[in-house]
Amino acid sequence: MIPELGHFTLILALILAVAQTVFGLVGASTGNVRWQAAVRPAVAGQFVLLSASMGALVYAFVTFDFSVVYVASNANSALPTFYRVAALWGAHEGSLLLWGWILAAWTLAVALASRNLPEAFASRVLGVLGFVSVGFLLFTLVTSNPFERIIPAPADGRDLNPVLQDPALAIHPPILYMGYVGFAVAFAFACAAMLEGKLDQVWARWTRPWTTLAWAFLTVGIALGSWWAYYELGWGGYWFWDPVENAVFMPWLVGTALIHSLAATEKRGLFKSWTLLLSILAFSLSLLGTFLVRSGVLTSVHSFAADPTRGLFILAFLVVVIGGALALYAWRAPLLKSPAGFEPTAREAFLLYNNILLVCAAAMVLVGTLAPLIADALRQPALSVGEPWYNTMFPVFMLPLMALVAIGIHAGWKRGQLGRSRLRILLGLGIALVLGLTLVYAGYGPGKWLTPFGVVLAIWIIVSSLFDPIDRLRRKLTLPRAVVGMTIAHIGLGVGVLAISTVESYTVERDVAIAPGESVVMGRFAYRFDDLEAVEGPNYDAVRARITVLKDGKPVATLNPEQRNYWVQRQTLTEAGITSLWNMDLFAALRADVGAGRWSLRAQLRPLIDYLWYAAGLMALGGIIAATDRRYRTRPLAEEAAAAERAGASPA
Amino acid sequence: MTRFLIPGLIFLLLAGVLYVGVVQSPNKSTMQSALLGKPAPAFDLPTLDDPATRITSAQLAGRPWVLNVWGTWCVECRVEHEVLMEIAGQRAVPIVGFDWKDDDDAAKEWLRQLGNPYDVVAVDKDGRASIEFGVYGAPETFFIDAHGIVQYRHVGAMTLDIWRREFLSRLPKQALP
Repeated sequence: MIPELGHFTLILALILAVAQTVFGLVGASTGNVRWQAAVRPAVAGQFVLLSASMGALVYAFVTFDFSVVYVASNANSALPTFYRVAALWGAHEGSLLLWGWILAAWTLAVALASRNLPEAFASRVLGVLGFVSVGFLLFTLVTSNPFERIIPAPADGRDLNPVLQDPALAIHPPILYMGYVGFAVAFAFACAAMLEGKLDQVWARWTRPWTTLAWAFLTVGIALGSWWAYYELGWGGYWFWDPVENAVFMPWLVGTALIHSLAATEKRGLFKSWTLLLSILAFSLSLLGTFLVRSGVLTSVHSFAADPTRGLFILAFLVVVIGGALALYAWRAPLLKSPAGFEPTAREAFLLYNNILLVCAAAMVLVGTLAPLIADALRQPALSVGEPWYNTMFPVFMLPLMALVAIGIHAGWKRGQLGRSRLRILLGLGIALVLGLTLVYAGYGPGKWLTPFGVVLAIWIIVSSLFDPIDRLRRKLTLPRAVVGMTIAHIGLGVGVLAISTVESYTVERDVAIAPGESVVMGRFAYRFDDLEAVEGPNYDAVRARITVLKDGKPVATLNPEQRNYWVQRQTLTEAGITSLWNMDLFAALRADVGAGRWSLRAQLRPLIDYLWYAAGLMALGGIIAATDRRYRTRPLAEEAAAAERAGASPA
Repeated sequence: MTRFLIPGLIFLLLAGVLYVGVVQSPNKSTMQSALLGKPAPAFDLPTLDDPATRITSAQLAGRPWVLNVWGTWCVECRVEHEVLMEIAGQRAVPIVGFDWKDDDDAAKEWLRQLGNPYDVVAVDKDGRASIEFGVYGAPETFFIDAHGIVQYRHVGAMTLDIWRREFLSRLPKQALP
């Protein structure tokens, strides 16, 4: 009964989404005020109905209702409650429902926060969001209904995929989708501006906080996924350039470009058509990512139940949404004039360089991801580009970008006047060179040739970020949240580059076949394999190794890597044993029983890897602080418009 | 003006590539099987009805047959079962089931309740025979021709559409129902 109710509220939500679209878009273009007034109630209703659908599915999971195919496929009576709730987004159908619900939540937030926006504009924004919602709800209902029944019900379920039974991965999809779907808001703002044929600095001010928030969520979501891959997959890597990872990374790169381009549009009224294009692209890449992951065209392992109708449906939706937006763009963007010029060393120019490099990097990832498909379409032999392509190409764009960040932070709007900041630039570079080269050559020893560049640039960015806030504090000036947020995010970037540079160069790794009592030595560290014990979890049994880590002969940590055998899916998983010291991770993964009492063990020392997650945290924190800046909240519209007119040398 | 059309044109090109990808994706799982065009692996397994009787690949030689790998623990097999029952009703080709890593009593109960589409069910308790066929997840279905050559492999639940397009079409004409 409850699943049928969930199905029913899902259908009602679709009807309200249609109403939201029609009332919003048609109401705004015909100036029908009563239609426009109906938009917000439709938004609220849709959110309530989709919440009911989510609740119904959670209920089915928690009560072990195996007559629901989706529950039977993704849960088991031995699965702990926490994972039974998280199993909701453990596979295709539930993920789509979650997607739709999060979109409804964002839309509701926009509906509530847009009361002081011009009514017609707000209606258009909500109408576009409604249209996106119609597509996804229709897709869910037609091809991927999570409430489908199977009678008679199986006695027990197939269980959640064991690799997904992990706390980080349980919360990773909702946060990632918050980012993914959040770009729909920027997209809707862009479409509304194009429909009105008007885009000014006030528009950029409305759009900015939403975009920055979505970006912050996406940052955390990607970091959680990477963290999970690091300790759960047992390979000790944190990024594999696999299509699913690329699918979330491309929107992140373009989203990063977008939040910077929006800064120029808000402060100086520049890059208008470019900002529009990026708003469209960021969301298009989110949709493309959903398509790639969900249609099964790329990853053969995921094509398990690959159903061409699903792929065709999303593709058709992609063509309507993205194609429609880009057609609108080709029609309207030529009307937009960006007034003022700027010098090649002005802040605007640096933001432009930043944008070009980020978009090129995203294009590079896109080409790499789609290479197998392109080769397929051209009837060429199967081609797939692997890590070498990305690891070679990515620094080509990122290293210049890092240098530009370190210098560009000092540039003023309109005229760069970098001459005035010469001292800061040189001082920052000097500090970075001394610290960086000391760290590389005295601390770690020579590594890959890129390492010193990465480390020096990373420190340079961190030092450069600090000049302006320190200067403001010394002169007793206010420190607006925008500046604090930007500074924290840029420091996060520096920390991240530092972490990647050291991890890539100075990781020590040994793969050994080892018996209890033996040790593997890595520099000053030794891993001593003490013993093995059998343990039992709620839905698996496991062998757990005890490994004592000795530094200079003294024990510093105990690692407990496990090899788990999940009963229902008959899958064996490694659970890495990791202890974090302040400057490195001690990592051990138990890989296989090689017989004669020996186990193959992967032992690693990974310097500074934890700082990669801290870096993502800093970037996201910076984004959230910047998005809650006072000027987005308090100023009445008239004053805001006036302020936009005189916008001059204020900071980003 | 024209430069504003460029993003749209690039997107159309991309959509074309994706279209080809989607249309071809159902064939992907077949292409991956290293066994296509090669002789089916030999096996010798006990039957579900009577563990003393064995079914071997040699007994099946000389006519086309279909292998379906399933298990009672596999939800997609449950979904597929109705389709298999309908296919079995056509009596176009013998269907051999591999009961993969399963409990015998559960399997018998399943066939008693839902009907038995198989001409014979082989018990592949340790999963070795299925692994020889390159199975990585149930359900999977193979078409083996009269010469014992694997002609087609379908990963995932069988549908009537795929059955018509990829299995019936491979039968000799006179055998068609």
